[in-house]
Amino acid sequence: MALTNEIIKQKLTEKFGDQLTEWDEQFGLLTFKVPADQNLKVIQFLYDDETLRFRFLTDLTAVHYPERKGEEICVVYHLHNLVDNIRLRFKVYVPSEKPDVYTVTQRFSTANWMERETYDFFGVNFIGHPNLIRILNVDEMDYFPMRKEYAMEDPTRRDKDDEMFGR
Amino acid sequence: MELQQHHQHHIKLSEESLQKQTTTLNLGPTHPATHGVFQNIMEIDGERVLETVPTIGYIHRAFEKIAERRPFYQITTLTDRLNYCSSPINNMGWHMTVEKLLKINVPKRVQYLRVIVMELARIADHLVCNSVVAVDTGALTPFTYVFQVREHIYEIFEEICGSRLTTNMGRVGGFERNFSATAFEKLDKFLQDFPKTMKEFENLLDRNRIFMDRCIGAGPISAERALNYGFTGPNLRATGVDYDVRVAQPYSSYEDFDFKIPVGTNGDVYDRYLVRNGEIWQSLSIIRQALEKIEKIEKEFPEQKNIFYAQEADHFHLPPKEDVYTKMEALIYHFKIIMGEIDAPKGEVYHAVEGGNGELGFYLISDGGRTPYRLHFRRPCFIYYQAFPEMVSGGLLSDAIIALSSLNVIAGELDA
Repeated sequence: MALTNEIIKQKLTEKFGDQLTEWDEQFGLLTFKVPADQNLKVIQFLYDDETLRFRFLTDLTAVHYPERKGEEICVVYHLHNLVDNIRLRFKVYVPSEKPDVYTVTQRFSTANWMERETYDFFGVNFIGHPNLIRILNVDEMDYFPMRKEYAMEDPTRRDKDDEMFGR
Repeated sequence: MELQQHHQHHIKLSEESLQKQTTTLNLGPTHPATHGVFQNIMEIDGERVLETVPTIGYIHRAFEKIAERRPFYQITTLTDRLNYCSSPINNMGWHMTVEKLLKINVPKRVQYLRVIVMELARIADHLVCNSVVAVDTGALTPFTYVFQVREHIYEIFEEICGSRLTTNMGRVGGFERNFSATAFEKLDKFLQDFPKTMKEFENLLDRNRIFMDRCIGAGPISAERALNYGFTGPNLRATGVDYDVRVAQPYSSYEDFDFKIPVGTNGDVYDRYLVRNGEIWQSLSIIRQALEKIEKIEKEFPEQKNIFYAQEADHFHLPPKEDVYTKMEALIYHFKIIMGEIDAPKGEVYHAVEGGNGELGFYLISDGGRTPYRLHFRRPCFIYYQAFPEMVSGGLLSDAIIALSSLNVIAGELDA
């Protein structure tokens, strides 16, 4: 029997009960929220379970939601079961003052740079990461540029008028 | 003074550096053999690579941040500059992501036209990679042969959209204009001429003793490690895993086509080379099939000849210029789109296409505004390049060079 979103949801609820919330199925992709300290357990369960077999980490990134007070930073995992060809996505929310998430580098080597990138742009502190340093930005940078408080330059501003450069 | 401190911060020679027997080698950031701007600090013992530390980010352009201020149609130009060897795939991938969010159904003819363009881009991408592997083994001739046909591909692109490398091709919903008769002629000519050149290319390298000796066993990776490292595309298939997004999650009607997924066994440079060559032949066959299908559609429904975008994408598809100047609706849409008065629906979508290097994913979160709330590119290069140290340590320095070129690391995609 082909693996479906219902089976995955049922299996996960059996194991983790009501710890997993905010279930969603936009565009057929099963999405749910995992408590910040449970991400490793969920990943391990999805990896080990003989029917679930989510053994490919497609993507790991973060999103900043400043209006979600107390859980501003959302770390997003995309997993893929290559055998049954089904994807899922889960999210972990952490406060921006203390964005601590356990690293998944022990399970997926690919998470190494993905987590470094996420740290680089959002400042997520991946606990246990072997080499959590900036990857794309310069080492001297002292802020996390993808957070929403760093707005892109406003094209309507007038204080940068410069005739020589045509702006 | 501050500058001096910075310098001190960067130069870190340890106490043991006086006694050490190994050599530290700086490969890059601008080195002819890296084929892009990235650096590897290698620790070598004679010719053996002991350790390598990659540094990337030299051409980081903050695309994800820039995208948060741009309306959807302006993001196409950003995707061009990811894997610039096959920009049309990135363009189409982005358009399909937006279409998925907007729930737009694209007519079959447009989907097949897209397939043609994407497969042409894949051929160009693989040709560059494979011929550069040959260059790094010391064979410059095949490179000059295939760059001639790559030029033909770029001429087709030029005929379709006006530009060659960073194509900015198409719009949400389809293409900006219909393919001209010349475009189809050039395509036909390409389909006629290319197999001959490709055969020549393969004859020069496939069973070439020197090339084989250099490539077989160089920079290998096992299927298990490759999956753990998130490999996709030709580099994963060279290890024997037949994962191809075109088959696993077909987009743009790839399910209508009959093609094979070439796989390797050892995951070394030679297998990657063979897999890419195999894919070029498959792409050729896909293009032929697509042309046949388009012909069939046009025969059955002659009015379809002029369809090059989805009518239902009107709100996002910039209308053709001649319509803007003559028709009121087109003028209105033009201004509404350009002035950013059109909001996208709320939603969260992940869409992946098979790029030149593997699964190119677009993770788009829309909060209902004109720009994405968050856009993340899953860049295959960035993800598999981290396996490079593991693949080359213990091997020869010259093997590391060809491993690097056979991975097809494109700096634009690496850094985003």
